[in-house]
Amino acid sequence: MNWISQTIAVTGVTLRSIGQRLGSSAVAVVGIAGVVIVFTAVFSIAEGFRAAMRGTGDPQTAIVLRSGSDTEMTSGLSGDSARLITEAPGIEQGPDGPHASPELFVIVGHPMKRTGRDANVPLRGLSPAALKVRPAFRIVEGRMFQTGTNEIVVGRAASQQFNNLSVGSTVRWGESSWQVVGMFDAGGSVAESEIWCDARVLQPAYRRGNSYQSVYARLQSADSLQQFKDALTSDPRLNVTVIREPDYYAQQSEVLQLIITRIGYAIAVLMGLGAIFGAVNTMYSAVAARTREIATLRALGFSSGPVVVSVLVEAVMLSLLGGLIGGGLAWAAFDGYQTATMNWQSFSQVAFAFAVTPALLLQGLIYAVIMGLVGGLLPAIRAARLPVVTALRQL
Amino acid sequence: MKYLPLVWRNLMRRKVRTIFTVLSILIAFILFGGLMAVRAAFTLGVEVAGADRLMTIHKVSLIQLLPKSYEDRIRSVEGVTDVTHANWFGGYYQEPANFLANMAVDPASWARMYPEFEMPEDQKKAWINDRSSAVVGIDTARKYNWKVGDRVPLISPIYRKPDGTPWDFTIAGIYDSKVKGTDKTQFFFHWQYINETFRNTPVSDQVGWYVIRVADPSTADQLAKRIDTLFANSPNETKTATEKAFVSDFAGQIGDIGAIVVRIAALVMGLILFVAGNAMAQSIRERINELGVLKTLGFGDGRILVLVLLESCTLALIGGAIGLAIAWVIIAQGDPTGGFLPAFYFPVRDLVLGVALVFGLGLATGIIPALQASRLKIVDALRRT
Repeated sequence: MNWISQTIAVTGVTLRSIGQRLGSSAVAVVGIAGVVIVFTAVFSIAEGFRAAMRGTGDPQTAIVLRSGSDTEMTSGLSGDSARLITEAPGIEQGPDGPHASPELFVIVGHPMKRTGRDANVPLRGLSPAALKVRPAFRIVEGRMFQTGTNEIVVGRAASQQFNNLSVGSTVRWGESSWQVVGMFDAGGSVAESEIWCDARVLQPAYRRGNSYQSVYARLQSADSLQQFKDALTSDPRLNVTVIREPDYYAQQSEVLQLIITRIGYAIAVLMGLGAIFGAVNTMYSAVAARTREIATLRALGFSSGPVVVSVLVEAVMLSLLGGLIGGGLAWAAFDGYQTATMNWQSFSQVAFAFAVTPALLLQGLIYAVIMGLVGGLLPAIRAARLPVVTALRQL
Repeated sequence: MKYLPLVWRNLMRRKVRTIFTVLSILIAFILFGGLMAVRAAFTLGVEVAGADRLMTIHKVSLIQLLPKSYEDRIRSVEGVTDVTHANWFGGYYQEPANFLANMAVDPASWARMYPEFEMPEDQKKAWINDRSSAVVGIDTARKYNWKVGDRVPLISPIYRKPDGTPWDFTIAGIYDSKVKGTDKTQFFFHWQYINETFRNTPVSDQVGWYVIRVADPSTADQLAKRIDTLFANSPNETKTATEKAFVSDFAGQIGDIGAIVVRIAALVMGLILFVAGNAMAQSIRERINELGVLKTLGFGDGRILVLVLLESCTLALIGGAIGLAIAWVIIAQGDPTGGFLPAFYFPVRDLVLGVALVFGLGLATGIIPALQASRLKIVDALRRT
């Protein structure tokens, strides 16, 4: 009981005296705020990219690729295989037949707004059932392309990132030209970075004969995957892998995630160390400035425990403040920042927005508190160990 | 120089503060080095791309193939001194996670085109003469512990053997490079080896891209236009540009990583400047009395200024030099992502910039306290406690 009241008293004195040490305390706060800004900014890139990739997956949708391919880009399915796949059990049936869409996936070089240089836009050829497989799809401007024509619809993000992809414009890739007749929204998923057209028109344009690269299938229910998979893998005429859509897109984001998180953690750890050194300096000078005061408290009978706690509390308060400021600034500056990068697995552009999530902000705060605790520990111990007599005589 | 002992004594008065200030400077420069290496890596080695090399790809996109017959037509264009070609093979070793840049090339002309890939002459001969052989960069060879003579199976989702088995290659040579930033992870083998398997199929006699050496780099742009006009209005139109332009386009697609990294580095340096500058200023404030004594003993204003600046520069120099050295050692370990950023190195230009920043930091943190100290009036200084 006594110990607790002592702690509260000493901590109160400590916190009230911060005002007299405003300069050095501000340094610690700014240092930690800076670290939290960088930490949050770097990881909001990874979060945003993951969110874009994850938003794409519907557990009721399965993707069929040639066995051994990990992306649509390197996959290939003959027209016959594609037909066999759409006839497999487990697929949702509608009045027009199974909800399964054999698709082509190619990339075309098209100038980006940001750099004015060519970048790879994914161009997807769809079969008629494609919209049944993608319930989130809706046209936000113009209309859907007509089957059998050189019409395309562009994703919202693709339209924002690339030149000349607004509704009504005409683009030319190689020998064929295409009319943009609509813009679509797909619930914020990576599909919005793509351009869609009729697969039957894309096949001859890319000399693909009657072949496809993937089949997107809407399952009867999320649990029908196993039935669907078993039917396909046991069919000797087929050599395919079946993967649930969310798993596929999670796989696609692996490389970028790996790069960002490795680099991000390295930066965060190093900067954290730097901030801890800064905090140690601050707290040491705070303790040094209060040497006499602490010694007086000790002479009055306060034990060293409360003194240690009070120094630590100060360090944690300062770092919490720094963490809040840093998180707030990072959120204001980066949340929702639109950008695009290359999906390393398919070499095509993916648009996404930086996402400063609540979890990320919490992590930043926890990190700030850890920096404060570690930074305050040595000075706190020093404060407790000061020999009372020499400390009183000092200065 | 004779003041160094005095400077040193002053720094050692509050050992803990000095040590932690030096440590935070040290951390800042490790970060600086690392970030600059990251930036260099994300430009994908654009600095080592040859200025006298052009690349020709299919106009629609780089995944479309071009006929092999274009090679002779390009070679006959005036101003072209050499032509070679490559196909992206997309193979992986054992499992898809083992990413590896591998290409089917024409060995003799490829070796002529890329002299920066250095290997012993006998290995190069062995490679050219054995159709199922390959050469690999030293970084990849080390990673998988491959030696000359080893057999390496690769599976390619793009080029599948009709019987579904992996492609077997014999390692004929291992290349290294003295040019910093050169990709030493790639794997090259005979285009013919693949092509003969696919004879009389739609993918036979097709190449991914051409690399062209020009006689005079200053005419590269006109030459590129001339090559593209050569194939205009054919089913396979081309896009030709310098290798540098292709690499920087490709890097540009990854996004503004360079700009983001520079901003982070600037923020870090600013923070350190702030923290170190504060510690510095505080240590001068504590010693105002002593500075007054020095002045009484006859030290002039200029000398006091130099003394304080020397102190801050010494701090910056110790921290900065060790930090840059540690960064150098860490970066020399190579790509931290295991193969995705092969051009991971510490550019000399950035090292020079780092050294300049060390001195800049020393001067910037010291200048305000130094000016304050030099302007002190003796009476005021001695009166303060």
